[in-house]
Amino acid sequence: MTVTENEARPAPGARPEPVAHGGVRLTGVTKVFGRGATATTALQDVDLDVRPGEFVTIVGASGCGKSTLLSLVAGLEQVTTGTLEVGGRVALMFQEATLLPWLTAAQNVALALKLRGVARAERTPQAHALLERVRLGAYADKRPHELSGGMRQRVALARVLAQDASVVCMDEPLGALDAMTRDHMHDEIERVAGEAGLTVLFVTHNVREAVRLGDRAVLMGSSPGRVVHTEHIDLPRPRRMEDPEVARRAGSLTAALREDVARHVG
Amino acid sequence: MSVDTATRPVEPPADTAARSRALSALWAGTWPKVGAVVAFVAIWQAVVLSGWRPEFVLPAPLTVAQTLGDLVREPEFWQAIGTTLRRALVGFAFAIAIGTVVGIAVSRFRPVRAAIGSLITGLQTMPSIVWFPLAILLFGLNEQAITFVVILGAAPSIANGIISGIDHVPPAFTRLGTVLGAGSVDLYRHFVIPAALPSYVAGLNQGWAFAWRSLMAGELLVIIEAKPSLGSRLSFAQDFNNAPELIAYMVVILVLGMLADTVFSSQSRRMRRRRGLAVD
Repeated sequence: MTVTENEARPAPGARPEPVAHGGVRLTGVTKVFGRGATATTALQDVDLDVRPGEFVTIVGASGCGKSTLLSLVAGLEQVTTGTLEVGGRVALMFQEATLLPWLTAAQNVALALKLRGVARAERTPQAHALLERVRLGAYADKRPHELSGGMRQRVALARVLAQDASVVCMDEPLGALDAMTRDHMHDEIERVAGEAGLTVLFVTHNVREAVRLGDRAVLMGSSPGRVVHTEHIDLPRPRRMEDPEVARRAGSLTAALREDVARHVG
Repeated sequence: MSVDTATRPVEPPADTAARSRALSALWAGTWPKVGAVVAFVAIWQAVVLSGWRPEFVLPAPLTVAQTLGDLVREPEFWQAIGTTLRRALVGFAFAIAIGTVVGIAVSRFRPVRAAIGSLITGLQTMPSIVWFPLAILLFGLNEQAITFVVILGAAPSIANGIISGIDHVPPAFTRLGTVLGAGSVDLYRHFVIPAALPSYVAGLNQGWAFAWRSLMAGELLVIIEAKPSLGSRLSFAQDFNNAPELIAYMVVILVLGMLADTVFSSQSRRMRRRRGLAVD
């Protein structure tokens, strides 16, 4: 567990008990980049409590601090004020699969195992088993450029599993994929995260995708980035992007998002 | 022709087809080169026939070919090639070691870059023959003077190759390394160095070319009696007005340089293909 506390302040509503394994808790988190006149507040006073195994989608216009939030949780950035607690190891998945082009799919996964300290003899069989879990067993020896965009993201997903993390931050991981592949990846991420009991923080600018995947959708507003609305999505799974109920819930979220944008523009 | 040919499948067996495809690909790559050599020899022959220079100064291609045929039967010829290649490899090996260490130091430590970063590029543009007077003063007319200049000729290119390779490592790779929990040694070993490799190999290739040029300059200037080398044989051929031998040695030097370049470029092509990069 990692606790980052940059300023001792009695956060209102802060619970004293530590966050559970797989949980993520942000209490009054503010992130400021730069100092003095050029300082920009990327996040202001964000409270978010994620249960272990919960799938939380984070939506908002560009520049609302979605990616900053993930960077904080992943430990790439430090909070300016407030408290961030993460129960366990965090893995990160980017918009680009970022596979190393000089390694095969299996070697890319095996490198994550190696850096986690898995013994040499176990790496190759484990890497192959992980690729089987994302249904890429037959492509273990292919290099990234021989794989399609969706396949590359599935290798990245296998690599996330190789990190043995309890929390996974996904920063628009499907943004570069075509609609068909994207639908397929929704099923894949949902299935794999469910099987592994992963807590997922999934950033997207696509409201419908947020409703399709999330147990909860967190709406973020911009300048400064903050949580403006949280929606529990109690629709039964499996869901589809084209389900009327998904569309309806996405519609109401879009309305809330528009309101926030209008408030800032107007 | 027998009667049963009609019952056989019309298409040739797969391995024959593959072999003929490989042969035609080989031919497609070879005929322009062969054509260029033929054209060059024809022009050469035409200039000789025109009588622009007497034959003992500019011999005909066939004369040179015959001289080369005689040379390859002499042990001194092979001794000369041996000496030159050994010098090239020793000098190049030192240049790789020095260039790599300096390159990594420059890319890693900001003050080192500020101190010698532009100096390396400066050295790269400096003709290495300029170093010889100093080298001869420092070491005398011997092997060390040659090796010194070969190293100075090749090391800057090798250092620059690794510096630009490391400078252009995609930030996404180093970020990935951090996310996967790599320490600074693992970050270099698994992310930075492999990503910089194509540029490093390009630097090695250029470094080799500079090493080879410096070596030839050195062997023409620093002649060690007891050790026949390609450069010294070339110089003797000039002294004795032996034009056919002179040109024959030039052909040998050209071919050796091209062979080395083939090794580097095939390695570089293989690496680029494996990474899905454009191969020209």
